Amino acid sequence: MTELMDKLAYYFTFPFVKYAFIVGLLIALCSSLLGVTLVLKRFSYIGDGLSHVAFGAMSVSTVLSVTLKSAAKGESAFSHKLAVFLEDTNGMPLILPITIIAAVLLLKTGANKKINGDAAIAMISVGSLAVGYMLVNLFSASANISGDVCSTLFGSTSILTLRSGEVILSIIMAAVVIALFILFYNKIFAVTFDENFSKATGVKADAYNLLVAVITSLIIVVAMNLVGSLLISALIIFPALSAMRLFKSFKSVIVCSAVTSVLCAALGIIASILFSTPVGSTIVCADLAVFIVFSLISAVKRR
Amino acid sequence: MESQIECKNVTLGYDGSAVIKGLDFKVNSGDYLCILGENGSGKSTLIKALLGLINVMDGSINWGDGVSAKQIGYLPQQTLVQRDFPASVREIVISGCLSKCGLRPFYNKEEKAQARDAMEQLGITDLSKRCYRELSGGQQQRVLLARALCAASRLLLLDEPVTGLDPKAQLDLYELINELNKKGITIIMVSHDVHSSVKYASHILHIGAKEQLFFGTKESYLESRIGKSFMIAEGGEDDD
Repeated sequence: MTELMDKLAYYFTFPFVKYAFIVGLLIALCSSLLGVTLVLKRFSYIGDGLSHVAFGAMSVSTVLSVTLKSAAKGESAFSHKLAVFLEDTNGMPLILPITIIAAVLLLKTGANKKINGDAAIAMISVGSLAVGYMLVNLFSASANISGDVCSTLFGSTSILTLRSGEVILSIIMAAVVIALFILFYNKIFAVTFDENFSKATGVKADAYNLLVAVITSLIIVVAMNLVGSLLISALIIFPALSAMRLFKSFKSVIVCSAVTSVLCAALGIIASILFSTPVGSTIVCADLAVFIVFSLISAVKRR
Repeated sequence: MESQIECKNVTLGYDGSAVIKGLDFKVNSGDYLCILGENGSGKSTLIKALLGLINVMDGSINWGDGVSAKQIGYLPQQTLVQRDFPASVREIVISGCLSKCGLRPFYNKEEKAQARDAMEQLGITDLSKRCYRELSGGQQQRVLLARALCAASRLLLLDEPVTGLDPKAQLDLYELINELNKKGITIIMVSHDVHSSVKYASHILHIGAKEQLFFGTKESYLESRIGKSFMIAEGGEDDD
């Protein structure tokens, strides 16, 4: 036991481990807050769709910076600068707008009867996955393509390569998300519970739906570093589903979901350091375990 | 008396095609209006128009007596989402006050007091901490009715409030609505159930086949041909 503690203390002397821990907990907190609303509104699939879009956007930005660099050999200083800028920011300036646009489009098509919401999401998510993978294969400069793709999808290492700038960016985003959530808590509740009633009494339900979609895409883009784009939905839906097994008021569900999510993320990160397992899937496994335990408790209670 | 709602020769529809034409009726303060009609006759379109969710294609809906489309207490049909929603009764009732908040993030004392009053009026104060999804159908409708009262205390629009309730709960709910009406709250109710509509309502609006078939007091409806034939037709089906 002391050996493990020593190992842990040793790892936490490295700044990148601390960064990973801070960002991990913040992401877990934000995604669990939003998750309750998304699950209750039957929007759980939106997180999944958007994460694939973010993967596609990320491949586009990688490919773009590589081609710009090779095109810029020697001459055009502008395209070289652009490529370096894209690399430095992890492609955020490109990924974020694309994901937000996709979120808005998904919400709009969900309301439009010609293409069903679920079909639209399947279409967009699988489409961007395919395009993203193809682009990476065609243009990637790196030799280890499958390794690259694997780490984008499952986030195996990228959380450990965070720089201080990215940590600050994540902290700001988390602060914005939490502030928005607290300020609009009552509105989010009303719109989630009964959209028609809210509209009828003059609450701008569409605007709040848009807000939720934009916040969701923000979280997904930040969370890609932690668990990778395939496992993000797990961070969003598992804490909410677990909390709903046991708690009965909206407030208690939100609080419980936030607490379990943060605890699972902390446990998952520590376990992944100690037993050198992949960070993302360890966290999701912890979430899954909590879900199973909570389900069992609620089943026993109901007897 | 000034009327709260006055519809003059209103045509309603979607994307340029009319669903219902020639609506012409008045609702005065304290009235109990029942809107009857078969499925697809345009009842829900009329509700959306009264709530200001769709625009009228022709004619006009005028609001008087200090009431507007945003001041209707609305009891919608239950949606699937709500059946398993984790929320306490109080949380739901107070969400009816939301439109009064504007951009203010939290509820103030008056709104909390209003929510308490509404729960008291509907006799659900002792349920206030209970979980909505664990209540019976009748109790759930009371909760939604209390929320509607929070949104507007003078005019309630009820969309088939008794659907899915057992006969006892239906009767209770009708009595409750009747009591609210006696306290001076205007009631507009959409209903399938012609017998209880006739029993409680003061006015009847009967629509069907894209037009208004009848509007007037309950007494004149019972005398009219359409009223008589509808009572008989529905009576035959409801004998169970």
